[in-house]
Amino acid sequence: MADLTNEFVTQIKEAVAQKRPLIIEGSGSKRWYGNVVAGHRTLSTAGHTGILDYDPAELVLTARAGTTIAELEKGLADRGQMLPFEPPRYSSESTLGGVIAAGLSGPARPYAGGVRDFVLGLHIVDGKGDVLKFGGQVMKNVAGYDVSRLMTGSLGVLGLITQVSLKVLPVSLAQSTLCFALSEAAAIHQVNAWSAKPLPITGSVWHQGVLNVRLAGARAAVASAEQQLGGTKLAPEVAAKLWLDLQDQTHAFFGSASAMVGQRSLWRLSLPAIAPAIDAALIPGAQDQLIEWGGAQRWLWSDASPEAIRQLARSLGGHAVLFNNQHAVGDVFDKLPPPLLAIHQRLKNTFDPHGIFNPGRLCQGL
Amino acid sequence: MSEKRQRLIEALSGSLPSANLLWQKEDTAPYECDGLAAYRTLPLAVALPENEAQVQAVLKVCNEFGVPVVPRGAGTGLSGGAMPMQEGIVLSTAKMNQILNIDPLSRRAILQPGVRNLAISDAAAPYGLYYAPDPSSQIACSIGGNVAENSGGVHCLKYGLTVNNVIQVRAVLMDGDVVEFGTEALDAPGLDLLAVMIGSEGMLAVVTEVTVRLVPRPPVARVIMASFDDMTKAGNAVADVIAAGLIPAGLEMMDKAATRAVEEFVHAGYDLDAEAILLCESDGTEEEVTEEIERMSAVLRESGAIRIQVSQSEAERMVFWSGRKNAFPAAGRISPDYYCMDGTIPKKAIATLLNQIKEMEDRYGLRCMNVFHAGDGNMHPLILFDGSDEDQWHRAETFGNEILEACVALGGTITGEHGVGIEKINTMCVQFDEKERDAFFGVKAAFDPAKLLNPDKAIPTLHRCAEYGRMHVHRGQLPHPDLPRF
Ligand SMILES: Cc1cc2nc3c(=O)[nH]c(=O)nc-3n(C[C@H](O)[C@H](O)[C@H](O)COP(=O)(O)OP(=O)(O)OC[C@H]3O[C@@H](n4cnc5c(N)ncnc54)[C@H](O)[C@@H]3O)c2cc1C
Repeated sequence: MADLTNEFVTQIKEAVAQKRPLIIEGSGSKRWYGNVVAGHRTLSTAGHTGILDYDPAELVLTARAGTTIAELEKGLADRGQMLPFEPPRYSSESTLGGVIAAGLSGPARPYAGGVRDFVLGLHIVDGKGDVLKFGGQVMKNVAGYDVSRLMTGSLGVLGLITQVSLKVLPVSLAQSTLCFALSEAAAIHQVNAWSAKPLPITGSVWHQGVLNVRLAGARAAVASAEQQLGGTKLAPEVAAKLWLDLQDQTHAFFGSASAMVGQRSLWRLSLPAIAPAIDAALIPGAQDQLIEWGGAQRWLWSDASPEAIRQLARSLGGHAVLFNNQHAVGDVFDKLPPPLLAIHQRLKNTFDPHGIFNPGRLCQGL
Repeated sequence: MSEKRQRLIEALSGSLPSANLLWQKEDTAPYECDGLAAYRTLPLAVALPENEAQVQAVLKVCNEFGVPVVPRGAGTGLSGGAMPMQEGIVLSTAKMNQILNIDPLSRRAILQPGVRNLAISDAAAPYGLYYAPDPSSQIACSIGGNVAENSGGVHCLKYGLTVNNVIQVRAVLMDGDVVEFGTEALDAPGLDLLAVMIGSEGMLAVVTEVTVRLVPRPPVARVIMASFDDMTKAGNAVADVIAAGLIPAGLEMMDKAATRAVEEFVHAGYDLDAEAILLCESDGTEEEVTEEIERMSAVLRESGAIRIQVSQSEAERMVFWSGRKNAFPAAGRISPDYYCMDGTIPKKAIATLLNQIKEMEDRYGLRCMNVFHAGDGNMHPLILFDGSDEDQWHRAETFGNEILEACVALGGTITGEHGVGIEKINTMCVQFDEKERDAFFGVKAAFDPAKLLNPDKAIPTLHRCAEYGRMHVHRGQLPHPDLPRF
C-alpha cells in the first residue's frame, strides 16, 4: 500500500523537461501488445498499490493502478463478487492499470460486457504532470465527457492511469458448460440463435469442430437452459479449466509450437458475430481458427499478408489486430480514416502535448 | 431581418427542401426550449434535414458562416441541452425517424437518430427482442437524444445504460465530414471515441445513425412492492438487496410525499402510511423469477419491510409500476411547476441525502418529493414551485443547486442521466477543477475545433465559475470567502 502519485508527477515533469518519452508499465505482462515502442525509459506503476474502497453493497471497487488483478479478485471472491469482464491475466502480477489501459476482455465480453462497460471513473496524471479526476464511484454519471472510457484501451498514450473505480457484480450461483459437435458455420448460427432467446449464456467457444457453451445464473435458470439446449455436459473441473485457459490465453491454441513456426502471426479478428466463415483458400490458417464471443472474436495463426487479413476483416464490418507482434513489423492495429486520425491527434495534444507517453504504441504518430 | 441572417437563410434554403427550413417566429417558437421550460430562446432558424447528406450540407453552411448549431431530437431533455442560441440555428432530427434494419439473428437494430426509443422495442417485439434502456420519456424521446445524454431508465441496473447498449454511431462533424464511431463488431481500432460520443450532449458531432443491441425479452417479470415505516430502513434495504448478491431488474424508491401525489393520480392502492416504498423487480424464466422473488422478499423482510406485496399477474405488475411511471405528471398535478434534479450518490448515502433534503425544504419554504432509481443511487428530487412567482423559481433553483452540491460532497455526481446542459453548468465548477474543465474543452475542440456545435453548454468557463463562486460568497457558504477562488 503506497501512494506514489507525487513521484510519478516528478518523473513525468522530468521527462518533459528532458524531452525523453516514457514507457508506462505495470508488471510488464503485456509488453508484447501494441506497436513496438523501444529505447525509452520505463515508468513503473508496480509499487503504487492498494484497494482504497470496496463495499459489496455498492458494487464498486476503487484501487490504485499498480494493484494486482490477483489481489482484486481475491478481495472480490471473499465477498462473492467478481470482475465480470474476465480480463486475461497473462501473469499473476498483472496490474489493474495494465488491464484498463489494454482494454482486453475475456469470454464473457458479448454477454456481460467488456472492460469499458465496467469502468466508472479514474485518476490520471496527464502529460503536463497534472493530476486529473474523471467519472466517479457511482453507477451513473454524465457530468462532463466520458474521459474514463476514453482512457480505457488507450494503451497509455494519453496519460498515466493512477487509480480506477470499477463496477463489479455478484458471482453466479450456478454454472454449467455444454458441448456440441458442429461445423464452424453451424456453430456460429446456433450460438446466435440461442443468444436471441432468454437463456443465461455467458461464454462460447468453437474450436476443431466442437462448440462449448457456458451457462451461468440462478440455479433454476441454468437447469432449465441445460434441458433446452441438450448437448453433453462437461465435468465441472474440465469446464473451469477450459474457460480459464481461454481467459488467460493459456489454451493450447495460443501456445502451440506448430502454429508459431515460420512467419505465422497470431491474428485477432473482431467481426460482427454473424459474419460468414472465413475461407481458408483466401487466408491460410483459417482452417484452424478458435472462435469466441459467439462469432465476434476469431483467432487465427496465419502468414497471409497483413493487408489481406485487414481487408477481409474490414469487408466483413470489423477490424483485425496483429495480436502477438513477435516479428515486430508494421502496425498492429488497422489504420484510422483521416477525420478520426485528426481527432486522435488533437486528443493526444490535449492530454499529452509533449508526446511523453508510449509514443506510437496505439497508432503511429500518436 | 439582418443582412447576415438573410444570407444564411438563403444559403440554407439551397441545402434543404423549402418546407424543411423554418425561420418565421411563429414556426420557430415551438423550438424555443426543451423539457427545461424555464430557459427559452428563439433561434435564427430551424433546419429539419431528411437525410445525412442534408445534415452535411446544413453543417457546411453554418461552418462557413460561423453560425452555431444546436442539435435537437424530441426536445424532452431536462437540462436545456437543446435550448437554442439566439445567434444560432436548431438542427432537428424529427424528419430522420426511420428504422433502417432489424436483424433478429445478430440482435441489432440500425436507426436514424429521430427514431423514438419505444418504437425500437415495438419493432423488435415480433422477434421476442427489445431495446433495454427505458427512460420514462420513452414514448417521446429519440435515440439520438438518448445517445447524447447517455440516458437510463428503470431497468438499467441490470441491463446497462445507453453506453452499454449502443454498438456504433455514425455522425457528421461540424466541417461536414462523416465519421463512424465503433464498428459492427464489439470494438474498434484506436481510442474508444464511441464512449466519448455517448453523453456528449450534442457538442461533438451530429448523430445521423445509431446501431443498438437488442436483447431477448424475459418471459416473466414480477415486482415486489415493499413498505417501510422509516426512510433510513428503506435506504439500507436497497444496499442489503445488492449485498445479498441480487441484481434486481429494477429497484426504485418513492417517499411518502411522492406516494401520496401519485396515488391521487393513478389509484394503484399504494400504502399511504408508509414513509417509503420500494419497488423491486425480478425478470427471467418462471423458475428463475420464483427463486429470486423469494430471496428478495426474505432480504426485504429482514431489512424491516412492514408490508410486502408481490404482483400476481402482468396487469397487477403494471398497476404497481403505474405510480412510479407517472410520478412526473403527478407532480405536475399537485404543483404548477416542478424542478427535477438528477444527482447520483453511493447507495449508503441515500438516507443521509433524503434527510438533508427534508431540512432544505424547511429552509427554502418549498416542498420536494422523491422518486428515484435507488438501485444505482440516482436521485430524482422533484422540487415543487410556482413559476409565475419569480422568487419561488429563484428559491427552487438555489435549492436544486444545494442538493447537487450535497451529492458531490457525499461522493457522488451532479447528474446521473439528464446531462449538464445549461442547467447544471454552474455546479460543474463544484465537481471539476480548472484543469479538468480545460481537459473537457480540449476534448470538445478535438471534435469541433471551430467550437460551433452546441457551444456554451455543459462545460463552464473559468469566468463563469468565478461568478458562481461569488454567488456562494453572498450566501455565505464558502469556507474562506476572503480567498480568491481561481
Ligand atoms: C417526463 C420525462 C421523463 C424523463 N425520464 C427520463 C429517464 O427516466 N431517464 C433519462 O435518462 N432521461 C429522462 N428524461 C430526459 C430525456 O427524455 C432524455 O434526456 C432523452 O434522452 C432526451 O431525448 P430527446 O430526443 O428528447 O433529446 P433532446 O431533448 O432533443 O436533446 C437532448 C440533447 O441531445 C442532443 N441531441 C439530440 N439529438 C442529437 C443528434 N442527433 N446528434 C447530436 N446531438 C443530439 C441535443 O443537442 C441535446 O443536447 C425524461 C424527460 C421527461 C420530460
